[in-house]
Amino acid sequence: MLVTVNVNGREMSADVEPRTLLVYFLREDLGLTGTKVGCDTSSCGACTVLLEGESVKSCTALAVQVDGMAIRTIEGLADGDTLHRVQEAFRENHGLQCGYCTPGMVMATVSLLEELDEVTEQAVREGLEGNLCRCTGYHNIVKAVLAAAGVVS
Amino acid sequence: MIPASFDYVRAGSVDEAIALLGEHGPEAKLLAGGHSLLPLMKLRLATPSVLVDIGRLAELSYVRHDDGHVAIGAATRHRDLETSEVLAEMVPVLAHVAGEVGDPQVRHRGTIGGSVVHGDPASDLPAALLALGGSLVVRGPLGERVVPASEFFLGFLETAVAPDEVLVEIRVPPTTAGFGFEKFNRRAQDWAIVGVVVANTSAGTGVALVNMATTPIRAGATEAALRAGSSLEEAALAADEGTTPPEDQNASREYRRHLARVLTRRALESAGR
Repeated sequence: MLVTVNVNGREMSADVEPRTLLVYFLREDLGLTGTKVGCDTSSCGACTVLLEGESVKSCTALAVQVDGMAIRTIEGLADGDTLHRVQEAFRENHGLQCGYCTPGMVMATVSLLEELDEVTEQAVREGLEGNLCRCTGYHNIVKAVLAAAGVVS
Repeated sequence: MIPASFDYVRAGSVDEAIALLGEHGPEAKLLAGGHSLLPLMKLRLATPSVLVDIGRLAELSYVRHDDGHVAIGAATRHRDLETSEVLAEMVPVLAHVAGEVGDPQVRHRGTIGGSVVHGDPASDLPAALLALGGSLVVRGPLGERVVPASEFFLGFLETAVAPDEVLVEIRVPPTTAGFGFEKFNRRAQDWAIVGVVVANTSAGTGVALVNMATTPIRAGATEAALRAGSSLEEAALAADEGTTPPEDQNASREYRRHLARVLTRRALESAGR
């Protein structure tokens, strides 16, 4: 089936089997490998992308389900050489160790900061419950998210 | 993990979905958010030949006050329940429980109807519907019927919805009385090892258990003890009566029974019983 999506502001299409998961559609059909496959069971959050502005796990959506929708991936955050404020905050605060969970963490954070009325450490920890860091580097990740929100920890 | 091959059809209306189910027979499955079905398909525990997508049907996505009850469209997402002003005002327990399902990403895609028809005893929302004494509206080729939540869950991953029927609406009674929800798990996003929902309604105090049998179930002995005037502590001690908890890597049967009693006491305390 032909699937057309708007990815990071660009219309992109590919002919795929209905069983193609969104994450493989992005990585293998559209060549956007910034989004990672971690657990493949909607537990770890490494595959998090924004669908119509909200965080979703792209390993648990079919490409055909999101035909015609807008998707934002980690590749679509920076403006040229200028990092998005969440990316910059992760860099500044060493919010990553091996980096594998980072694209998912960053995309989940972008969505979370849109939704939170008040950004507190507790709200950030709870709001990122769907993203696992196997390096267990949560402390600096939370610090980075608070910094991105302009909250001094 | 990639699911086995299937054909995909997007239904333009509920009636078209019912016609498609009739046309393709019991090997067809409905797809909405996909957060219960796709994991099963990846594990090849489900291998439907056709998926009928009803996830975008606006006629299945709403929360409104109708004639004495609150009506929720089956394809309403957990996130929309969590942030619903109607629920916050009229059935806050349901908004609260929906906000504890999975994690934010799951709540952005998963739907209440999907969670309910999956019939997983470890899901949170079915227990909330049992505690509230809700009902479910199912539509098929012959029309609609209303099934009480207490008669909806028939067995493990098995509900009263026939292969050619669609769950279209969930109904719950309005109640702003105190409620309690306790969910015990190892990681925040996990399924409950044991969970308890307590809801005070005009019909009395409903108590329902997550992951304590092959279906979501009411803690009937606790409810009866409360009606008979027992103390909260005594009533909670009966929470595991008549249950058949599973045993797995997370907990033994006996530990689940212990959790049910302790969590029921805590949920009753939160509910102001």
